Amino acid sequence: MDREQARKEALKQKTKSPMPMQDPEVRVHNFSSVELGYTPEIAWTESSRCIACKDPRCVPYCPVEIDIRAMMDAVRLENYEEAFQVICRSNLFPAITGRVCPQESQCEMVCVRGVKGEPVGIGFVEKFLADWARERGIRPKADMLPPNGKTIAIIGSGPAGMSAAADLVRLGYGVTIYEALHRPGGVLIYGIPEFRLPKAIVDYEIDNLRALGVEIVLNTLVGRTITMDELIQDFDAIFVGTGAGLPYFMNIPGEQLNGVYSANEFLTRANLMNARSFPEAPTPIHHGKCVGVVGGGNVAMDAARVSKRLGAEQVDIIYRRTRDEMPARRDEIHHAEEEGINFLYLHAPVAIYGDEEGWVKEVEMIRMELGEPDDSGRRRPVVVPDSNFRRPYDVLVMAIGQGPNPLLARLTPYLKTNKWGQLVIDPKKLSLDGKEAAVAAGETPPEIPIICAGGDIIGSQAGAGGTVIAAMGHGKIAARTIHEALQERPPKSGTAPSADA
Amino acid sequence: MSDTEGALKGKNYAILKKRTLVEGEDAILEYVVDAPLIARHAQAGQFVILRTANEGERIPLTIAAYDREAGTIALIVQIVGLSTRKMAELEAGDAILDLLGPLGTPIEVRRHEKPVVCMGGGVGIAPIWPKVKELYDLGNHVITIIGARTKRLLILEEELRAISTEIHVTTDDGSYGRKGFVTGVLHDVLEQREGEIAEVIAVGPLPMMEAVVKEMAGKGFRDAYDPSLEYDPSRIPCIVSLNPIMVDGTGMCGGCRVSIWDHAKGEYQARFSCVDGPAFDGYAVDFAGLNRRNRQYISQERVARRDGSGAGA
Repeated sequence: MDREQARKEALKQKTKSPMPMQDPEVRVHNFSSVELGYTPEIAWTESSRCIACKDPRCVPYCPVEIDIRAMMDAVRLENYEEAFQVICRSNLFPAITGRVCPQESQCEMVCVRGVKGEPVGIGFVEKFLADWARERGIRPKADMLPPNGKTIAIIGSGPAGMSAAADLVRLGYGVTIYEALHRPGGVLIYGIPEFRLPKAIVDYEIDNLRALGVEIVLNTLVGRTITMDELIQDFDAIFVGTGAGLPYFMNIPGEQLNGVYSANEFLTRANLMNARSFPEAPTPIHHGKCVGVVGGGNVAMDAARVSKRLGAEQVDIIYRRTRDEMPARRDEIHHAEEEGINFLYLHAPVAIYGDEEGWVKEVEMIRMELGEPDDSGRRRPVVVPDSNFRRPYDVLVMAIGQGPNPLLARLTPYLKTNKWGQLVIDPKKLSLDGKEAAVAAGETPPEIPIICAGGDIIGSQAGAGGTVIAAMGHGKIAARTIHEALQERPPKSGTAPSADA
Repeated sequence: MSDTEGALKGKNYAILKKRTLVEGEDAILEYVVDAPLIARHAQAGQFVILRTANEGERIPLTIAAYDREAGTIALIVQIVGLSTRKMAELEAGDAILDLLGPLGTPIEVRRHEKPVVCMGGGVGIAPIWPKVKELYDLGNHVITIIGARTKRLLILEEELRAISTEIHVTTDDGSYGRKGFVTGVLHDVLEQREGEIAEVIAVGPLPMMEAVVKEMAGKGFRDAYDPSLEYDPSRIPCIVSLNPIMVDGTGMCGGCRVSIWDHAKGEYQARFSCVDGPAFDGYAVDFAGLNRRNRQYISQERVARRDGSGAGA
C-alpha cells in the first residue's frame, strides 16, 4: 500500500491508534513503563488521521503553545527530526509532557476528529517523537539570543521552574535554579512513579536544559540556605516555583498511627529514595498486604499502583464520590482498574484504629450518596446515616491533596498568601508586586526586583492548576512577564550565589 | 552515580576535620565541614540533612557548632546503623555528597534575668552545645547538666565547661560524676533555686526528655504531666528538641509529624517537626505517640536507628 493509499485509510480510521501496553498481569510486578510507545509506523498512521485544519483548534489549547499542526505535518512527511524540533521551539520537555499531560482535556478535547470518533492521539505522537529523538541522541536545536548580562533566580526545579528556565535562558538571561532536594525535577522525581515517567527521561530533559547554560544548584532551600533578600540583591528577577509541598491530612482520629502515610511521603520514599529496592537502597517503606489509599486524583492512582507493585495483595482506593467525579485522568483510572486496584466509591474514612503497638489495623468508613452540586460543580457527597463499618488495612495512604509549600512565604513576610496559602499574583502576568516586596525588604535595592510565581504555589489563580502542564504554562507566562519588565533595565552587577561547593 | 547528579554543583562539602569523641562500635564522631552558606545562616536549634552516597538515606543531624568566618559547621554523629556506619568511613579530605541546611526553626535565645538550665543526654549533648554558647554569649547564667550512660560515652564536657556558669555531670552507672540521671540534678536545682529558674532546655533520648518534663511538671507546673491540663501560669518554660523520622526536611512529606497539644483547640494538633520544630514546648508533646512513630522501622534491621543521631538528639 503506498503512502497516499495509507493516508486515505488512516483518515477513515475513527479511533485513535491504540498504544502498545505492557500486559497488566506482568506490569504489576515491575516498575517499567506501562505504555510501550508508538512505533514510527503507528505514529505516522496517527498523524495521518490529522486533517491539517487550516485554523487548528488544538494549538490554542496547548498550555505550552506547541505548533501541533506543524508537528503533525512533519510526521506525515516522515520528517521526525523536524517534528521533534517543532515541539522544542516552544517546549523543551516533550518526553515529560507527552507522558503526563491530560491531553483529553486540552488539545485532544477540541480536535475535530473527536466530533465523529476519537481525536488524534496528539500526546502519543508527541511522546513518540521525544523518545525517537532521545534514542538517536538528537538534542533540541535552540535559537538563543545572545547573553544580555541579566540574571534570573528560579526557586524550585519542578515543571514550572524548568519551563521558566528554558524560555529565559533562550532569551539571553543567565539562569540559576535553586533546588532543595538532592536531585532536580521536583514532583517529576519525587512524586510521579517510574512506570508512568521514568526518571532517566526526566534526567535527560533536564540535561538538555543544562546544556543551554542553565545552572542548577542542589541542596539549597531558599529561605534558609539563601534568603529571598539575598536573591533580591543579586538577581534581576526571581521566579518562585516551590510547588505543593504541604501534605493534607483528614484530621480524623488515628492519623498518627504507624503505617499512615501522606501520599507525598509514600511516593517520595518509593520514587526519590528508591525504597522499593530496600535494602539495597537503605530507605525503607512499609509495603502492606492490604493497603487503603484515600482520594481520587492522579496521586491516589500513583500511590495505589506503587503499592501493588511493592507486593500488596489488596489495594483499595477509597473515594467519597463516584467514578464520574474522580479528578484522576481516565487513562490512569483505567490502568489502575486493569491492574486489579479495587475502588470503593462513595466511601469516606471517619476513624483509624491501631493495634497495641500503634500500627494501623482497621479503618472505620461511612457510606456516602451524592446530593446537590457544590461549589466545584460536582455533586456533593452526603453521609448515609448509620452506614459505618470497619475494614482491615495495614497501610493507609492519604492522597487527598497537597497545599502550597508554606515555608518560603513563612520566612519571607512580604510574600503575600491567600487563604489557601497560595502566593497572591497578578493572574495575567503571574507577577507579585515587586515594589511592595522591595520596600518590605527594608531597603531599596539597586533595582526593584521582578518576582513571578507559577505552578502549585499559585494554585488555580491563573486558570487550571495542579497539573505538570499547567505549571509549565505558568513558567512560560512568567518568563514573558520577566522579559518585558527587564527590557528597559540595565543589568545588576551582582553575581549569583552558588551553593557551598 | 548518574551523570546528572555527578555534574551538578553543590554536592561537594569537604570534611576539614574529623575527631573521634567516643571510640568503639557505638562511636561518636565530630566532623567539621566546609559549608559557608549554611554557616552563614545557621542558628542554635537547627539541623542539616545529609547523604553520604547515592541511593543513601537522608540523615538528619543537628548543627553542633558553626563558625561564620571560617565558613564551617560541626556535625556530631553516633554510629547506630548502616547509614551512620557509612558516614563513619568518611575521613578528613573526603566530601559529603549532599548537605542541606540549615533546617528547622531556630530556638529563641535571649537574655534572662534568672538562670537558664540546659540539659543534654547522651549524643543529645551535641545539640545543646550551640544553645549553651548562644545563651552564655548573651550574658546568661547558664546551668548546664549533661549525662551519659557511662563515662566512655560522655562528650563535650570540656567544651561546655568553658561556656557554662556551672556544669553538672551524671552517669547512669556512676563511673563518672554523679551517679544517676540528669533529672536527679534537675530535681535538686529546682528545689534549691525555687522560683529562680527562667527556663529549661532539654535535648536527648525521648525517655530523658519525657522524664525532664515530668520532673518540671511536678515542680512548676502540676502534680503530673498531662498536656491537656490547664497551664499553671507560674510554670517554668521547658523546651525540648524532638527527633522524629523524617525524609525531606522541608515540610513536604509529613513523616515527621508529632502531636502537640493545642490549648486553644483543646486537642492534639499534628505539627511537622522539620519546619515547625524541632523545638517544642515540652509540656505539650505527646511523647508516647512520638515514641511509637520512631519505632516504625525498627524491624528493618539494616536501617540506621535515629534514636541517637536524629535532628535534635
